[in-house]
Amino acid sequence: MAREETHIPGAKARNQRGSGVSGLKSGSISEAKAANSASRAVNSGSIAASSQVAAGSLLSVEHLSVADVAVILAMTARLERMDAAERAQVLLGRTIALLFYESSTRTRTSFELAAKSLGATTTLVSDKSSSIEKGESLKDTGLTLRALGAEAIVLRHPSSGSASLLARVTGLPVLNAGDGMHQHPSQALLDLRTILLRLGRDASTVDAKTLDGITLVITGDILHSRVARSNAMLLPRLGARVVLCGPPELLPESALGMGEGIDGGGNIEIERDFDRALARADVVMMLRIQKERLAGFDLDLAEFIVRYQLSEERLAAASPKLLVMHPGPIIRGLEITGEVADGPQSAIEEQVSQGLAIRRAVLARALGVTA
Amino acid sequence: MSEILILNGHLVDPASGIDGPRDVLVHDGRVAAVDHPGAFGSLQVAEVIDAAGCVVAPGLIDIHVHLREPGQTHKETIATGTSAAAAGGFTTVVAMPNTTPVNDSVADLEWMLNAARGSVVKLLAMPAATIGSLGLELTDYMALVRAGAVGFTDDGKPVLEDEVMRAALVAAAKLGVPVSQHAEDTRLTGGCSMNAGPVAFRLGLRGMPVEAEARIVERDLRLLREIERAERVRPHLHVQHVSTARALQAIQRAKAEGLHVTCEAAPHHFTLTEDAVGEYDTNAKMNPPLRAEADRQAVIAALLDGTVDCIATDHAPHASHEKEVEFERAANGITGLETALGLALRVLHSEHGMPLARVIALMSAQPAVVIGLKDRGTLGVGSYADVVVFDAGAEWRFAAKDSRSKSKNTPFDGAAMLGRVQATICEGRVVYRT
Repeated sequence: MAREETHIPGAKARNQRGSGVSGLKSGSISEAKAANSASRAVNSGSIAASSQVAAGSLLSVEHLSVADVAVILAMTARLERMDAAERAQVLLGRTIALLFYESSTRTRTSFELAAKSLGATTTLVSDKSSSIEKGESLKDTGLTLRALGAEAIVLRHPSSGSASLLARVTGLPVLNAGDGMHQHPSQALLDLRTILLRLGRDASTVDAKTLDGITLVITGDILHSRVARSNAMLLPRLGARVVLCGPPELLPESALGMGEGIDGGGNIEIERDFDRALARADVVMMLRIQKERLAGFDLDLAEFIVRYQLSEERLAAASPKLLVMHPGPIIRGLEITGEVADGPQSAIEEQVSQGLAIRRAVLARALGVTA
Repeated sequence: MSEILILNGHLVDPASGIDGPRDVLVHDGRVAAVDHPGAFGSLQVAEVIDAAGCVVAPGLIDIHVHLREPGQTHKETIATGTSAAAAGGFTTVVAMPNTTPVNDSVADLEWMLNAARGSVVKLLAMPAATIGSLGLELTDYMALVRAGAVGFTDDGKPVLEDEVMRAALVAAAKLGVPVSQHAEDTRLTGGCSMNAGPVAFRLGLRGMPVEAEARIVERDLRLLREIERAERVRPHLHVQHVSTARALQAIQRAKAEGLHVTCEAAPHHFTLTEDAVGEYDTNAKMNPPLRAEADRQAVIAALLDGTVDCIATDHAPHASHEKEVEFERAANGITGLETALGLALRVLHSEHGMPLARVIALMSAQPAVVIGLKDRGTLGVGSYADVVVFDAGAEWRFAAKDSRSKSKNTPFDGAAMLGRVQATICEGRVVYRT
């Protein structure tokens, strides 16, 4: 039997229904069953699922070619150059649903503000204030949103692969705003743009050599981090070297599997010694320890702090140009000290701002706006 | 009962050592005679099956199926599940006890085995090893064996506690039946939904380590050794759906040592790897999970060298709404009765050179031995007339929509099969015919 997942009733979240502007989009319902092709048997590894996912979906960085990334960056720059009035015409009359099964501050707000700044109508559905609490499945929730006129769905969900499921069953463009431990592709895109801008590069395009010579160290709870997966599977394809750093409990050797089958996959390595990793770093990305996903094992936090916290001392020993990043939420005093987070080398706030810019572009792309 | 004459076929009966052209005469539900082609001449019988170009073999025996009745009849019923079995060439199936309620009493067992359930093949059952399959207190083994139990299992879960498993092995040994273990150390698999490794990491799914299977197998083998030394019984451990090289190595060593251990392998474990999960395909989710290629190869090697005693499907039907959900929430298991022979012939016989008679033995004579069936799994004269007639060279593609199972949860929709069942006869009744 399928395990039942219960949602604890909580405070009512805002539930702004779209005002019924646009008509029903006639997206075809793709049946997941059709994904089962003969070629699946005996390990040919064919993934038919992607063929039924609507163009414009953003499920994983794995599905983005370098050219796709360049297009998104160009769109981001173009939308940024527009004045507010012009920008508000881009998705005027279009309807976007935000479907959130997990709490979120920056991702939800930036997707919502991004959609609104383009003129779209948004509706927010959260697990705490909807029929999800009554046991409605993800499929039925998606079909309901589609029937109400949603033309794209932004999904945040605690289960890996949920965005892919929603895209298959609704046939709508789905933007993965974080699915379990799997992917958070818009985060990797906004991190990329932040890095390009901070390095003084052209942030409106990329190719396979853009980040040649750049070493990015990702430190902390890699195992549970969709942000780490998205960055580690995107940035090496643009030429960056990605060094993963953390204790074995939070960084198993199997993490190197992220490099399998991607261009530049050999550019991913594991270095357990944070100081040694920092000595080579141009960019360091710190991650929160996800206590909610630790699933039973105890981590010695004092030990973790000694070995992996980004402190002023560690920062002082590294390159003065080292760029400090963190996808948030930050736990000050754990993975990073307050001084470092607020210091001049920190790009943490800029990451948040770039989130708005990138999410405008991926929303416009989802709804078929072309450069 | 009327007579059936199966003519012009190529008889493969490993238990009798026959592999050649033979005609078979069935009378009153039993094999009445087996003779060279034409020997039955102008004998007048009620029904003649022309098996020209086909293999005639003992009906297949699957010692591991989930028929979902009672209590989960939206997935399968005994009637639909055994109808799928007949279509797959099976004439005997052994129902697992994880129904609702759990089959843990004589009343439950008798209800399940009652003819009124409408089984179209021989239905046997392994009741729960512990009451409610909770792993705490043994069921009434003696009464259950008298009522027809062919073994005991808490399938779906392991019997985790050493003392409980020891008691189960001793009690079953005294009655001459196996304890059939779902080998999974659930202390290592909480929240896990596929095999541990790089694929699971990439997909952000928690992985079941191979140690979870091996540790229980190794523990159970230690118990066998201890019991043989301390008690005057010889316990029989049957390890279900072995999926890892490490567990197979332990079983191989134990067999060499002389312990009474048998094991089964499932077609999906010798056909697919964890890569089949692809983009979160819940039809590639089962427990034990699809493993890495090295483990798949180890399962094939163990089938070839005899470490694995039999093929069993772990036929586990689920309704579409139980599979069309988030991967981590999706039910474990796939259907398997109608794809087992086609996969075994394609992967083991065609791709890995296993003789046809060995494939048939793994699916008939050998599972019969595991559960102690004396007059099934062979077409020796006097045996039950459980027969499968199949075209061993037929290449075809399985279509889930044509399945006789109530559920269509299979990763083999559209997959290439080798060998197609033409007719299935159970105790002299034709239960399937193309």
